[in-house]
Amino acid sequence: MNYEIIGITVLWTFLYGYIIIASIDFGAGFFNFYAKVTGVENIISPIIKRYLNPVWEVTNVFFVFFFVGIVGFYPDTAYYYGTALLIPASIALILLSIRGSYYAFNSYNKIPKISWDFLYGATGLLIPASLSVALVISEGGYIIEDAGGIQLDLEALLYSTYSWSVVFLAIISVLYISSGFLTFYADRAKAAKAVELTRRWFLIWTLPMLVITQFVFLGLRDHNYEHFMNAQELWYLFGLSLLSMGIAIFLIWKRRNYGIAFIMIMLQFAFAFYGYGISKMPYILYPHVEVNTSIVNDAMAMSLTIVFILGLLLLIPSLALLLRLFLFDKDYVQGKDKSKY
Amino acid sequence: MDDVILGRVLTASTLGFHIIFATIGVGMPIVIMVLEFLGIRKKDTDYLTMARRIAKGYTVTVAVGVVTGTIIGLQLSLIWPEFMRLGGQIIALPLFMETFAFFFEAIFLGIYLYTWDRFKNLWYHWMLNIPIILGATLSAVFITTVNSFMNTPAGFDMADGELINAEPLTAMFNPSSWVRMFHVVATAYMTAVFIIASIGAFKLLRSKFKEDRTYHKKGLKAMMVAGVITALLTVLAGDFSAKFLHNHQPEKLAAMEWHFDTEENADLVLFGMLDEESQEINYELRIPGFLSFLAGSSFDTEVTGLNDIPEENHPPMIIHYFFDIMVFFGMYALGVSIIYFIAKFTKGLNEHHPALLYAYVLAGPLSVAAIEAGWFLAEMGRQPWILRGYMRVSEAITNADGLGMALIAFVALYAVLGVTCVYVLLKMFKDKSAQAERLELYGESNKGGHL
Repeated sequence: MNYEIIGITVLWTFLYGYIIIASIDFGAGFFNFYAKVTGVENIISPIIKRYLNPVWEVTNVFFVFFFVGIVGFYPDTAYYYGTALLIPASIALILLSIRGSYYAFNSYNKIPKISWDFLYGATGLLIPASLSVALVISEGGYIIEDAGGIQLDLEALLYSTYSWSVVFLAIISVLYISSGFLTFYADRAKAAKAVELTRRWFLIWTLPMLVITQFVFLGLRDHNYEHFMNAQELWYLFGLSLLSMGIAIFLIWKRRNYGIAFIMIMLQFAFAFYGYGISKMPYILYPHVEVNTSIVNDAMAMSLTIVFILGLLLLIPSLALLLRLFLFDKDYVQGKDKSKY
Repeated sequence: MDDVILGRVLTASTLGFHIIFATIGVGMPIVIMVLEFLGIRKKDTDYLTMARRIAKGYTVTVAVGVVTGTIIGLQLSLIWPEFMRLGGQIIALPLFMETFAFFFEAIFLGIYLYTWDRFKNLWYHWMLNIPIILGATLSAVFITTVNSFMNTPAGFDMADGELINAEPLTAMFNPSSWVRMFHVVATAYMTAVFIIASIGAFKLLRSKFKEDRTYHKKGLKAMMVAGVITALLTVLAGDFSAKFLHNHQPEKLAAMEWHFDTEENADLVLFGMLDEESQEINYELRIPGFLSFLAGSSFDTEVTGLNDIPEENHPPMIIHYFFDIMVFFGMYALGVSIIYFIAKFTKGLNEHHPALLYAYVLAGPLSVAAIEAGWFLAEMGRQPWILRGYMRVSEAITNADGLGMALIAFVALYAVLGVTCVYVLLKMFKDKSAQAERLELYGESNKGGHL
């Protein structure tokens, strides 16, 4: 296989991984805050905390992995995205920092502060919005290239239907994915009240989820017709995505098999995300950066691929151990573990 | 202000802030590992409580380290896009490996923190330290190779502004890599050890919990043993660095020593003030011939002077002060740990005398200051280059608007994070004595007794 295909597949997969686990994390932060404000915190907050405590750092690494990888495999992206995203990415970084730090500050503070919960919860929704800007500008049309270099056309970005539909898609996905996951996790924790609460949250977010995906397609048709037509040809992937969503909603509605329901949610996003990614090819940043022309030199591409394989051999067992100890360990999930921390 | 200056100040603020937490991040696992080892080995719950308390505080610093590390990771492309476009062709490998090492560490740190009481055999939990230390140290090593590459590029050729014949491993293990890896890792271990020693000494002076005195004395002793070892390693690393600079980056050595004329038997200049116009140094402390000795283990070594280096490649002369600070503050910690043992083993002297305790308290903060000064020295010492010999800093800066805004926003962020972090850390340990916590964690089983 060619390095450009290996590279983009690896990166896209990591981005997908990040979207799923970060959505759980971001949404959990928001729901945690929401629960505290509405006075139902004792039902759900301990469960959220039990899940997040051991994994919050790992989430962040997925993100670092993605951006280090993309600059490594496609150095041109550093130039184009780096220049264009100075302001949006700085905002995202500041939000990410506030969120990451205040999560830890609050968890280890003697008396947690509600204002810190707010910082942590609110940034959880703003981060996906600000990060999605990178995906938006990848469609082209928001960057001006002239003799002086690259500039981001902020006005075009602010007044475009497409960019706003992606922003809302990001926020709604976060709430949708994370409430789906929390339903599953609460069920494992045998916390009936928490299941009822998170199940209701999930069902509330299904409708906006359906609506916003339609808006994104409409926006894309306006903005990048070529990409839209490519996506049409992959209609079966998007169809499968919709089908998975249907099964997930059905299962949670019927209070059955929350585990399978969450797998369906993951599949729903996998089909849509890969469908979107494949239809985008060969552009990483339309029309400036293409996968086949901007790939790093062969020697580096090969060493990156080798390191990637070796790294996975190390990571997969470690991640499996982490999941086994904290996600699939009944005593831990149900809060019966005696570890004092 | 000029964009290049803004970019440099922003990068320096991020790195200057990050390096405090990164150093703790790399060094502290060693401290925790040693204490947990002593605790299990001696069946002493004091040490175990200490390891747990430090681990708890460590988590908070890791959080800040992680987020600031993420910031600098992205800022490289945001502020210096032209550099990453070129450098990405060649530094991608160590950056990628660093992420893996960090990933590995993050996973096991999560496991470590939440499984203290899960294993019957305490050594199983202790073994979780190994992947954490491995991950932390390797990520320091890999990221240092990136910085080394920027100082002494290797492993590629340039033809018409295009980078060809890339050899990723040669680039990674470039001439300065080994020396710098050693220097960075040794100083990180040393700094973490002395930070904990400082806290112990401070608590012996000021703690309101009298029942904790034995606990803090035990901690101080363990840290002083580790402190002597790590400080000696640091001195060795420093010596390697001087010899390395002499051979590979003479302009940096000359600037940091205000050494103008190429000569044998060159003097080592400590402190002093420089008149840049006349190249005259006042109020300095001169050690005759010692620079030559440091550079090549012989007083006859010829040391290149600044006058033999083109002026447009001169680093700023200010780096001499950073050099002084680094050496003296680093040496201070070594001195303090040696004095501790002299006092301990000399009859009539008390290693816990308040005057000595005050001296120990300074060792931690001064070591951190030495780290900062060392990095300022290293980074400003390669000005005006971003990729020494290939790309100047001014050619790499972004052309996007808004650097000034970004600078203000990030500096404000660091201020807020720094203050909150200190607040949380202080609060964490303020109201509960270590002994109360020990009782809570391990019950009545006595310190030094059965477990």
